[in-house]
Amino acid sequence: MISLYLQDCTYFTRKEILRLFYRYRDLAPQLVPLDYTNHPDVKLPYELIGSMPELKDNPFRQRIAEVFSEDGEGNMTLDDFLDMFSVLSEMAPRDLKAYYAFKIYDFNNDDFICKSDLEKTLNKLTRNELTEDEVRMVCEKVIDEADLDNDGRLSLEDFQHMIVRAPEFLR
Amino acid sequence: MAHSVSFDICQRDSDYENLEQDEPGQDSFQHVGEPAASTQRRPEIFGMDFITERSDSSSDSSTSDETLDGGPESSLQRHGWSAATLRVLSSMPSRSAGPNSNAEVRWRGSKSRRPSQHHPSRPNQDDVVRAKVVEITPEENKKQQLVSNLRGLSVSERLRKLRAMPLSLADKMEIRRLAFSDVAESSLIDRDIPCYSLLSVYISRSWRHCMFGCLSVLSSLQLWHSPMKKLSGRFGTGVLSYFLFLRTLLLLNLLLFVITGLFLVFPQAVNPPSLYDSHQDTFTGLELLTGTGYLSQSVMFYGHYTNTMIKSQMPYSIPAAYFFTITIAFFITCIILVYNVSTSLGRRFHVLKSHGILAVKVFCSWDFKVSKRTSVRLQSEKISTQLKELLSEMIGGEEEKSCMQRFGRLMVHLVAWVTCLACIVLGAMAIHYLSESNYEAVLKHSAFKETELLLMSAAVSGFNLLLPGLFNLCAWVEKHDSPSVRVYVSIFRNLLLKVSIVVVLCFHWLGRIAVEPESHGLQCWENSVGQELYRLLLMDFIFTVLYTFLGEFLWRLFTKQVLRRKRKPVFDIARNVLELIYGQTLTWLGVLFAPLLPAVQILKLIVLFYMKKSSLLLNCQASRKPWRASQMTTVFISLLCFPSFLGAAVSVTYTIWMIKPSPGCGPFRNLTTMFQSGQLWARELQDAHPVMSWLSWAYNFLVEKPFFLFLVSGVLLMVIYFHTQVVDGQRRIISRLEKQIENEGKDKKFLITKLQGLYEQSSQVFPDR
Repeated sequence: MISLYLQDCTYFTRKEILRLFYRYRDLAPQLVPLDYTNHPDVKLPYELIGSMPELKDNPFRQRIAEVFSEDGEGNMTLDDFLDMFSVLSEMAPRDLKAYYAFKIYDFNNDDFICKSDLEKTLNKLTRNELTEDEVRMVCEKVIDEADLDNDGRLSLEDFQHMIVRAPEFLR
Repeated sequence: MAHSVSFDICQRDSDYENLEQDEPGQDSFQHVGEPAASTQRRPEIFGMDFITERSDSSSDSSTSDETLDGGPESSLQRHGWSAATLRVLSSMPSRSAGPNSNAEVRWRGSKSRRPSQHHPSRPNQDDVVRAKVVEITPEENKKQQLVSNLRGLSVSERLRKLRAMPLSLADKMEIRRLAFSDVAESSLIDRDIPCYSLLSVYISRSWRHCMFGCLSVLSSLQLWHSPMKKLSGRFGTGVLSYFLFLRTLLLLNLLLFVITGLFLVFPQAVNPPSLYDSHQDTFTGLELLTGTGYLSQSVMFYGHYTNTMIKSQMPYSIPAAYFFTITIAFFITCIILVYNVSTSLGRRFHVLKSHGILAVKVFCSWDFKVSKRTSVRLQSEKISTQLKELLSEMIGGEEEKSCMQRFGRLMVHLVAWVTCLACIVLGAMAIHYLSESNYEAVLKHSAFKETELLLMSAAVSGFNLLLPGLFNLCAWVEKHDSPSVRVYVSIFRNLLLKVSIVVVLCFHWLGRIAVEPESHGLQCWENSVGQELYRLLLMDFIFTVLYTFLGEFLWRLFTKQVLRRKRKPVFDIARNVLELIYGQTLTWLGVLFAPLLPAVQILKLIVLFYMKKSSLLLNCQASRKPWRASQMTTVFISLLCFPSFLGAAVSVTYTIWMIKPSPGCGPFRNLTTMFQSGQLWARELQDAHPVMSWLSWAYNFLVEKPFFLFLVSGVLLMVIYFHTQVVDGQRRIISRLEKQIENEGKDKKFLITKLQGLYEQSSQVFPDR
């Protein structure tokens, strides 16, 4: 029954959900019980999640974990874990991914990508290879280009409008 | 899509209406008189029962908030906005649309959001409790909204929308429980047809289970899924697009092989022709390479097929089968290719505006398929280089080149182009000369060894291998400004080379050999053409193997041991894809003369996949050049469709329509053209079953009369013209709407400043408010 609900709410089949559950459990076998019918309140700390091979080298892994976790700090329950992989999977539609990508790039969680968020994004993307001036210039240009309602920062609509123009997004 | 009807993601404003108070000063449930301990807090909000403003990033705000320096610039700084302004802002329709529309319900992180932001004052317990109590009601409202919206849809639509909702999994399960339980409830309530709805629910549920089971099996069956994932993790989407293209070609060839195999090869193989030339009994390994000897008498080539009717349970006419199989196979391939091209072109048309490149590069150029650490590092370097290049372009603008420099560059370009074109022309002429001399040697009955046959194919493959290297050298000397121009130029040159070679060969076959086969000493010209194509395909394969081995593996050893360089060779995607397209063109040209050629191509592609994969993993490193994968895929598919398939289809059509088949061999022995066999078959069918006469009447009326064809093409052209006009119009509307949005933003700024100005005036007049 529960897995049927999960199948309906995620993009995974029953087998994949089970496989993900075992991977979740493998991260910390002593914390995660095998029996989930009583809905135990188990949260895996961020360090374990961030050590997974899919996320290990991703520069945005901390933000990804924070966005999908319930407490906003990266400690994930099984639901959060499944949710994260469901959205990151290939079957999720582009709009859903764009929504979460916006959240990931929004470092201060204020629903807008402001200049400081952009600067942090750039530094993570380029591993601090650009100079301060270059980072500043790029941020200014990006906001110039993408900000449609001219409030000096990117809202979700601005972001989505820009994504529509880029067919390579998350392909 | 952001423009879909319900669950509009644009409603995110309502998301943060009540919850996720980033700064406790925002919490309107606070007591009005609570002292503002933090300098980052907003001024008090008087008696507001609802919170709808959103907090700004604290990094944006600077010092004091209460003091307003006056002037429009500072009044745009949000931390300086007064309570009344904020109240007006928050009651703007775009922000308060939440409870009345398809709102989202977000509980995620509502309670302990961002503890990293330090706020000296925390809301006391009462406020939290009050906040929770008051929060729940609008939350419940929104949830009920969502559930009721879901209920109004069909089951599959419901599922699709549920999955695409940007909510946490716990919320989704809750909503699913609520939304789907009503299905069962309503079916119980409705006493009129309880069985039917219960049955339909049961059926839909079991169908869903079935589908999931099938889908999981299908996805695991997907050819080469895991090797491609490994490759994309290491090298990125550019290299992945090459392998996806390879897989597409393999599937096309498989389809071709199945059609020809079932309807053509199998019946003929089961009923071999009676005459059997014992001269060809000896089988040496060389025959696999040259296609002569034993193979020429097998189902591989055209000459083996008889022009008789196979008298079995069902009379099966081989000539008609040959003709119709080839035409129908080409027709199906054409439809598939056109569909693929149109879908990929359609996806590309989303790129409507040309500016916005920098933003797109920042957000969209990260290749999420890459997972290896070194590749990730490489990708970061690549992105930073691109950004630096773009910045320098934007800042510096066009480099002011002096006249001499520009002239010099022009000369360099000219010289490079002349060199390339000269090489191509020389190559084509050499091929022409070689093919002519091949047959002259046969005519003169000189020492004719079968190995000499291989000379021409080897020369063709050699040219295909060496000349692109020369083109790369020219491109390196030229130093184009932008990398995409470089890629396109190299693709164009390679394409020109291959097209000219294929055109020369086609001219030689169809223009010389087919027209006067006797003067070339050939009894069965189709066989020899088929054999040449077979040899070309094989030689191409052998040379690719040699190049992969020598060019990549040995070169890597050489650079590592002798030169002691760390750089491994880079996988040239454009060149490899063009080689694939070239091989596929040969297959399509040859399917008429050698029906089993698709099988050879299938084997070749399978071996090529594993070889290229292992060579990549061992020898190459990821490219530093930027690669727009989706754009390139579109280009490759269009190249496959237009010059390659169209050319092959035109040649095959010309052969079928115009050229006289050889009288001594093949299924079209005694006919003037191959097309005649189709006509004869239709006539026979008409004689045997007079009922079918309407078919031939329709054919005669529609296809043979040119007027009808003109009419149909005229109508099609008009429809295409209308569609292009519609697309143009839509593009214009979109640009106009974008300008409008910009103007709205300016209006908003203006109104906010005015509002703030008014408030300041009134607060100065009434200071005790």
